[in-house]
Amino acid sequence: MLRLDHVSKSYRVGTFGGRELAAVRDVSLRVEPGEVVSLIGESGSGKSTIGRMILRLTAVTSGTITFDGTDVAGLTGSRLRAYYGNVQGVFQDPFSCYNPIFKADRVLELLREPYFAGLDGRQWRAKVERALEAVRLDPGQVLGKYPHQLSGGQLQRMLVARALLLDIRLLVADEVISMLDASTRVDVLNLLGDLKARGLGILFITHDLSLGNYISDTAVILHRGEVVETGATDRVFDDPQHPYTRSLLASVPQLHRKWDRDERRLVSEPAGEGGG
Amino acid sequence: MTLKVDNLQVWYRTMRGDVQALDGVSFSVGDGELVGLAGESGCGKSTLGKSLVRLDGRMRHVGGTVELDGKELPIGDSERMHGFRFKEVSIIPQYAMSAMNPTRRIGRMVAELLESRGVRFDGIRDELLRRLELVGLDPEVLDRYPIELSGGMKQRMVMVISTLLNPSLLVADEVTSALDVSNQKAVAEALVDFRDRDYVKSTILITHDLSLAYQVADSIIVMYAGKLAEKAPTDSLVTAPRHPYTRMLIGALPEVGVRYDTRRLTGIPGSPPSLLDPPTGCRFRDRCPLAFDKCVEQPPFLEVAPDHAVACWKAS
Repeated sequence: MLRLDHVSKSYRVGTFGGRELAAVRDVSLRVEPGEVVSLIGESGSGKSTIGRMILRLTAVTSGTITFDGTDVAGLTGSRLRAYYGNVQGVFQDPFSCYNPIFKADRVLELLREPYFAGLDGRQWRAKVERALEAVRLDPGQVLGKYPHQLSGGQLQRMLVARALLLDIRLLVADEVISMLDASTRVDVLNLLGDLKARGLGILFITHDLSLGNYISDTAVILHRGEVVETGATDRVFDDPQHPYTRSLLASVPQLHRKWDRDERRLVSEPAGEGGG
Repeated sequence: MTLKVDNLQVWYRTMRGDVQALDGVSFSVGDGELVGLAGESGCGKSTLGKSLVRLDGRMRHVGGTVELDGKELPIGDSERMHGFRFKEVSIIPQYAMSAMNPTRRIGRMVAELLESRGVRFDGIRDELLRRLELVGLDPEVLDRYPIELSGGMKQRMVMVISTLLNPSLLVADEVTSALDVSNQKAVAEALVDFRDRDYVKSTILITHDLSLAYQVADSIIVMYAGKLAEKAPTDSLVTAPRHPYTRMLIGALPEVGVRYDTRRLTGIPGSPPSLLDPPTGCRFRDRCPLAFDKCVEQPPFLEVAPDHAVACWKAS
């Protein structure tokens, strides 16, 4: 379904754009229907850039991204709109995706004209309710409300519902649960798991290894723009081959397993790396 | 006993009334103890941390007392607290990444800060350099501006500054939340190091991440909707939690190795009550599977085992 072949992205940096910063280097990966691929990396690893390139929010420097064999880069007009009917993204911060002046369900309403102009009022309403029920939101409870009247988990699920309205086949989920509380996090994760069972392909972008592990079939570990390890999730987690994956796994705070205190060492890093 | 908090109430003034963010909280922290304070957003954990150091303009000290090393902390009186801050109680604020003055080189900022407290920079410079080395920072960071440091470096720099005068109590508010996992580990372990070296006597580590508190804390307090739900030594809290909220919270955490298809986790249905007009009785009862008639009365926060206190009628 989705294929990235040798994709790279570099940015011009420095005062006059004199230096080049490679954000993504030669990344190849695939996402098939009904598959969850987690893209795991620390800040600055290029994981969000990859998601943005798939969604055409950022241009590719070299390499190709294809969806069902069609190069995504060349799409314009109605073909681009058709692409967005198949591929949608949901991002980290559900609060800033809503305009506080309007009711929250406006994010759904805005899809009606470009994609569902043929539906009458009742059909449209039924479609919206089905999408909300699919993400386990009670339409009566969330429709007609303002963003501040809904919780972060509800807002985030409504954005997933918006993507589902379009009967998409691929969802790019970029840190979708980082801002949610522990007690509602797992609900959104389970929801993604259910959608996967219905055939949706998901690219799950995260910095949190335990979340990446919970629902994904394939794990891709990124370090400074490069794929350092990729494989079936349980294999990557049980028997990591690359030293970076190993050190990453050893640093994750887990319940029931304490950090190895012999390994402890305070990291020092060069100044001016940016990040945080 | 370093810190003793007794029935502390701190409310926020808002246009719509008082938000009872901290409503009758009692606990103590021993010498050398590192306590993890965990809970979800809006549970009052940061309010509790801030109350011990500095109340901001919207916060009002409604009742209760705080005692540090046998002296009462005048937390409602900002002027008198001035004598305690930095020297006796100190905080690494949640916004540590932007806490440093962007217009000063870091070394100069530290010197000015110390002089404002009547401490000579020259006398403390060697100690400062030693501590920078301990957290893996090069002495040359003192000649840099904050913007030249990465997030992890800024966090460690603020940590060194906050503890420079060896406070008795350090409040570390979400110090690891904005960091990558490897930096997270370094900062959390530096907190343990500082305690082991007696730079601080005791530490309250505020975090939303229970598994992080589990790594470094001696004991953990779990808060819910402005009240303490449970306090216990770290291992008992994680392996044998008594409060239904703690149990469900731990049950909702995906860990490395837990997979959706083999073991499906469940979240906690519902959401915490509004603290503008909190319900009477146990504040978790609407979401609690064990709730029964008696829960309309507020359960007391009582010890059910040595050092293990729980606010739940079903726990005792």
